[in-house]
Amino acid sequence: MATFKEFRNNIKPNWCPGCGDFSVQAAMQRAAANVGLEPEQLAVISGIGCSGRISGYINAYGLHGIHGRVLPIAQGVKLANRELTVIASGGDGDGFAIGMGHTVHAIRRNLDVTYIVMDNQIYGLTKGQTSPRSAEGFKTKSTPEGSIEHTLSPLEIALSAGATFVAQSFSSDLKQLTSLIEEGIKHKGFSLINVFSPCVTFNKVNTYDWFKENIVNLEQFPEYDSSNRVAAMNKVMETRGMLTGLVYQDKTRKSYEDLAVGFKEQGLAKQSLELSRDQFDSLLKEFK
Amino acid sequence: MISQLSWKIGGQQGEGVESTDRIFSTALNRLGYYLYGYRHFSSRIKGGHTNNKIRISTKPTRAISDDLDILVAFDQESIDLNAGELRSGGVVVADAKFSPTIPEGIQARLFAVPITTIAEDLGTSLMKNMVASGASWALLGLPIEVFNQAVEEEFGRKGPAIVEKNIEAVKRGADFVLEQAGGPLEEFKLEPADGQQKLFMIGNEAMALGSIAAGCRLMSAYPITPASEIMEYLIKKLPKFGGTVVQTEDEIAAVTMAIGANYGGVRTMTASAGPGLSLMMEAIGLSGMTETPLVIVDTQRGGPSTGLPTKQEQSDINALIYGTHGEIPKLVVAPSTIEECFYDMIEGFNMAEKYQIPVIIATDLQLSLGKQSCDVLDYESIAINRGKLQLDELPPLEDNRMFKRYEWTEDGISPRVLPGMKHGIHHVTGVEHDQEGRPSENALNRQKMMDKRLGKIQSLRVTNAVKVNADEPSAEVLIVAMGSTGGTIEEARARLTRDGMATSHVTVRQMHPFPNELLEPYLKAAKKVVVLENNATGQLANLIKQNVGYHDKIENVLKYDGTPFLPSEVYKACKELN
Repeated sequence: MATFKEFRNNIKPNWCPGCGDFSVQAAMQRAAANVGLEPEQLAVISGIGCSGRISGYINAYGLHGIHGRVLPIAQGVKLANRELTVIASGGDGDGFAIGMGHTVHAIRRNLDVTYIVMDNQIYGLTKGQTSPRSAEGFKTKSTPEGSIEHTLSPLEIALSAGATFVAQSFSSDLKQLTSLIEEGIKHKGFSLINVFSPCVTFNKVNTYDWFKENIVNLEQFPEYDSSNRVAAMNKVMETRGMLTGLVYQDKTRKSYEDLAVGFKEQGLAKQSLELSRDQFDSLLKEFK
Repeated sequence: MISQLSWKIGGQQGEGVESTDRIFSTALNRLGYYLYGYRHFSSRIKGGHTNNKIRISTKPTRAISDDLDILVAFDQESIDLNAGELRSGGVVVADAKFSPTIPEGIQARLFAVPITTIAEDLGTSLMKNMVASGASWALLGLPIEVFNQAVEEEFGRKGPAIVEKNIEAVKRGADFVLEQAGGPLEEFKLEPADGQQKLFMIGNEAMALGSIAAGCRLMSAYPITPASEIMEYLIKKLPKFGGTVVQTEDEIAAVTMAIGANYGGVRTMTASAGPGLSLMMEAIGLSGMTETPLVIVDTQRGGPSTGLPTKQEQSDINALIYGTHGEIPKLVVAPSTIEECFYDMIEGFNMAEKYQIPVIIATDLQLSLGKQSCDVLDYESIAINRGKLQLDELPPLEDNRMFKRYEWTEDGISPRVLPGMKHGIHHVTGVEHDQEGRPSENALNRQKMMDKRLGKIQSLRVTNAVKVNADEPSAEVLIVAMGSTGGTIEEARARLTRDGMATSHVTVRQMHPFPNELLEPYLKAAKKVVVLENNATGQLANLIKQNVGYHDKIENVLKYDGTPFLPSEVYKACKELN
């Protein structure tokens, strides 16, 4: 069985020293090994931005696509071969700005894909513009007077869009993050894991220290029931989204693959492309 | 006896024009006639004038006719709008309820049949389409049993009582008009057909069928006119083959999901029209850059913007060739017949995998939606070629190396593996990359990769990339066209030949990469070249000028009013050449 080391390759990430994304990379590698995957059984699909490079830094099949489209690509891979484990990943700009439409619909569709968002509340690769996750009043190159738009809450949106797995973590908490990614992979359906992953270069407000001071771990609420959507929504709103842990999971709803009529257990990519003469003739008959 | 006839039914959208046409043409198909249909419709569900026209012939026919023999009208508007097409001595079958009149100057016979009254007597005005079609069928003197059989198939699932009522409606319509006319009209007596039932379908269905034959098992798409029938057909059929159709949130999701699925190893397509294709352009670049196979159908309609969503045009060609930013290899094919719609899908999927490129199959609205007789589709000619896809076990990789997915090879095409394959791990990125797929900004690597990608399609030619319909040694005029216009041109050519004017006729089927060497001999031999297309700027003519030359010989014949060319228009354009 593969260890996390086998999910490493020799490519040096081009992230800044101290970037939160390093921990996300490590957590992804550990989680993959912990759930018993071999490198070739994993496909990591990523978006555009600093975090989007992650698919190149993991020894697994990887596709680095176009900005905002990580989820449709990842869903396509899963539909082609449901025997693969598919992880989609990208930044908050990729998933909650340009790709927000896909995020909501991937949640609704509930294909078995694990989506890890590296949320640094800023655009890093373009050198510091506001993101939908930036706080109101946040000053950036594109909002010199401070952002005047409301901050988007991905957890609230996910819950209201019918998500079956919603979690949030912090890149400093490798243990929790690894375990949540494992749970996300094991979950039969779409899982959203939003990860606070600080940008040490362009975001001087939402720093490691700032997160440590402001987030609460759901473990602090022993009575919290992650199978209750209303309770989950309440907790997210009470904490203004500054919580970590498994926020919500619905284990009862079937995934898209299981609901799609005629969709087989065996990966489509492994099935025959041939059409028998009888099958062909019976298709033609309808046009006579 | 006559060998061909044109029939049209008109009314308000939602009034049963579609179903009447369907039953009428199904019955004709059973008798073995060749049919070619044209739908005039608007972008709305209920209301607004709509009409369907069918050309009925004892010989293969691929064009709508200039004129009309029989018009079935549910309202006066349908007469007013269409009577101008009626040939002298044509017939109008109309509902007596609105006291129909034939516009002044039109020489046509009117049969006012109490269509609504008969239908209401039988219980519901819904059946008026049956009364009307029964009446027009009776005027042709064709066997009623065949018609009743088609009615039974249409309504069978609603139970025998409904079938019986509809058959009664047909009978009463027929009886009434036969009494008025004194029997079937001699001048509309069609020669018997060959009795061989043909396939009868629209181009979209032929493409959907072709994609199943090609091994396509997944489709991701967003509804749009005039492409949706492809998706609707596959929604019904793919689950029977283990696959599925995903209706996505938009066309960007549709195309990127198809890219992901093709990367994952299943033959996947998407289909759309101009607005959707515009949205897909960035992703088409990803397919080209990552050498991921992709098949897209573009059913061209009137542009730009929302344009004419339900009307004929061939104006996406420039966008399909040049629309993506940067420079990528791609194949753009324009089928010109319903049979080609089927075969081109199979070849398209093969080319996408063989060359590892995006393939766009571009039809036009008339080809996509015009219902027509189709030759026997040949099972034996279905062959699947997945190119350099490695499905057998791979040798272990050296330490810290990845599979050379983008290996430099003589033909520029690299071995391809699917995720899941042991020892096949590599990276895929839209960023410029090295042979293992790792991002690289190295100048030499960049140049080699560009040459590899662009070079691999230079010699790509699909079957009949330039199709020669007629090569007349004595012809001074060459007609060049694309898409659905070929049948119309052939009719015009027949008239020109009768006038003593010989013409040659070729169809360009491969729009990109442009098949210069296949087209050039014909351009060279001609004195005049007429390039006929449904757009305002002469996109095909410009491609010819850009790629082959002969600027001084080329004359544009353009039509961009939303309707297909008529044979008379092509005839006139050729006659008026200097």
